[in-house]
Amino acid sequence: MAQNREFFYRRLHSLLGVIPIGLFLVQHLFVNQFARWGPESFNTAAGVMGNLPFVLVLEIVIIYLPLIFHAIYGVYIAFTAKNNVTRYGYFRNWMFYLQRITGIITLIFVVWHVWETRIAHAIHGTEVNFDMMVNILDHPFMFWFYIIGVISAVFHFANGLWSFSVSWGLTITPRSQRIVTYVTMIIFVALSYVGVSTLIAFVS
Amino acid sequence: MSDTKKINLIITRQDSPDSKPYEEEFSIPYRKNLNVISALMEIRRNPVNAKGENTSPVFWEMGCLEEVCGACSMVINGKPQQACTALVDQLEQPIRLAPMTTFPVVRDLAVDRSRMFDSLKKVKAWIPIDGTYDLGPGPRMAESKRQWAYELSKCMTCGVCLEACPNVNSDSNFIGPAPLSQVRLFNSHPTGEFHKSERMETIMEDGGLANCGNSQNCVQSCPKGIPLTTSIAALNREATLQSFKSFFGSDNVN
Repeated sequence: MAQNREFFYRRLHSLLGVIPIGLFLVQHLFVNQFARWGPESFNTAAGVMGNLPFVLVLEIVIIYLPLIFHAIYGVYIAFTAKNNVTRYGYFRNWMFYLQRITGIITLIFVVWHVWETRIAHAIHGTEVNFDMMVNILDHPFMFWFYIIGVISAVFHFANGLWSFSVSWGLTITPRSQRIVTYVTMIIFVALSYVGVSTLIAFVS
Repeated sequence: MSDTKKINLIITRQDSPDSKPYEEEFSIPYRKNLNVISALMEIRRNPVNAKGENTSPVFWEMGCLEEVCGACSMVINGKPQQACTALVDQLEQPIRLAPMTTFPVVRDLAVDRSRMFDSLKKVKAWIPIDGTYDLGPGPRMAESKRQWAYELSKCMTCGVCLEACPNVNSDSNFIGPAPLSQVRLFNSHPTGEFHKSERMETIMEDGGLANCGNSQNCVQSCPKGIPLTTSIAALNREATLQSFKSFFGSDNVN
């Protein structure tokens, strides 16, 4: 029964990108905004999230498993495309290309981010708090790595919402698809502001 | 003055399906209102390349010469289109002609589009009207719907949408936009609807509908202006409903 699973895998990939991964991303960006209110606020908020009951189960079921599937299948999707934006420079073709590029950048970023804030924490027992983030973002390279990673993740999510709405047949007409393009790009700008302002708060 | 004016062409040629492609330049006398086909006919009449060497005439396919058969599709100055409606006076020179890359080359500019016709068979792109007895007249179709369906029926299986699609390539088994839109056409016909669920099941198999990545190059490139991405999104909705029905169970056929 390895045959004819593509439809299911593709739809699952599309769904998981929004629920739960996309929801988690939004939640994560908003909770981190507490950094702008100072170290105590951030540490309290991060403490609540990091000490939720059954936190490891929640992380595995809501984050790690969906993310691993989405990432592995996403890499497969990205590398089966033969991008042709130089020949067909249409807006949607660029978005198609950027969706794949930001997916790969986000994957690299998330692997590093999970290692740094979860696995290294579990192995070395480093404290996950405001000061840890300040130390990481103190290096200009890491600061820009985080900026690019966060913007890529947010773009991938926002534009992914657009593809989700087409893939599930929510938006059919060109007009509805165009309106959702505007909406998702507003989401991209808004969430980028949330993410980037958080990162700046850690270094200022 | 007009005697010295030339039309320059750079043509990607290939002698046989397995041989290596190479480029050959041609320079033909200018005439007004030529299309790419008549330029190719000029080369065929006098098969001499730009260096003045005798060469084999360039091979290409053509049929209707009025953009309804789809046979003369080729990549002209980087854009896949029909050679018959590509007017020389509107093209930047040198005019670059190349075969479409998505399909196996037969010779020079002629490609084998069999995969598209196989896809049409696979999705049952027809209306079942044959029986062992007279089935009588079919149900009527509203005029407004007929006019809408006519737009989808303009597909001439030319292959331009497959050529433009980044997800149709040698690494993927995606059948491409054209046969998907045909599924929508035949599913919406009152008699064609008899095969609706079979067609849906077929395009929900590997290499089907789900492989669309929404780059929407197809709808931008289609010479007949067929709303391919609208068809695909509509089928996506239908497939969502169909998958829920078949998973949660339903006694309804269709």
